[in-house]
Amino acid sequence: MTTRRQMITRSAQVAAMLTTLGLVPNAVHAQAAYNTAAFEAKTMSDLTKALGISAPVESKDGTITGPDIAENGAVVPIGASTTLAGVKRMLLLVEKNPSMLSAMFDVSEAVDTSFSTRVKMGQSSNVFAVALMADGKVLYAAKEIKVTLGGCGG
Amino acid sequence: MADPMRIRAQAAGDKVTVRVLMSHEMETGQRKDAAGKVIPAWFIQEVTAQHNGKTVMTAQWGPSVAKNPFLQFSVKGAKAGDKITMSWTDNKGDKRSDEATVS
Repeated sequence: MTTRRQMITRSAQVAAMLTTLGLVPNAVHAQAAYNTAAFEAKTMSDLTKALGISAPVESKDGTITGPDIAENGAVVPIGASTTLAGVKRMLLLVEKNPSMLSAMFDVSEAVDTSFSTRVKMGQSSNVFAVALMADGKVLYAAKEIKVTLGGCGG
Repeated sequence: MADPMRIRAQAAGDKVTVRVLMSHEMETGQRKDAAGKVIPAWFIQEVTAQHNGKTVMTAQWGPSVAKNPFLQFSVKGAKAGDKITMSWTDNKGDKRSDEATVS
């Protein structure tokens, strides 16, 4: 027979389970809500508006790495890094893609501000690595990559 | 569910370099199929990296990240034997999470 004490313990367990199932994913989601406006931005001014940041300033402390000429625009390896401390977020932009923003990395203290990935490029264009600093400064480094075969059409 | 990610995490000094290869179509929503219809966008939107259960990096991606995305980053203060967990969510709500041990 189920006693009152067992019932209470059990309902507490169920509540705890529901919390882990229901509430925790929500909290995680709220922390990193997908910024659709930023990913649909076509120009730098749209993008800075969508992210609520000031216009980027060129900086020598950031570097963007990539090939000078990319044979296949569908896979262009690029990397962004900076030696500066206090970076909050790093963005990778491709100027002439249908949407500029490719990737946005939220940096914590525990990772290096250095990322490499591969992007698609529709045509030869400038690529930017933008660093959003904790003090509100926005810095960028640019590099031109020539593409001989575009990766966005069909 | 999508194919597993390939994760390699190697310790060098006080840092661990993590390389991840995810298996995903990363359809841009710009391409058209043979019948001229636009193929709907399907891409990874959110990526999370955890070191021993603590989130160290989150990223948001657009459709212009290449097919079968590659990502490299390094985690400070990690050592051999630590766990690196990567997870992603795509715009259709699909999820995938994989774990690797630092070597």
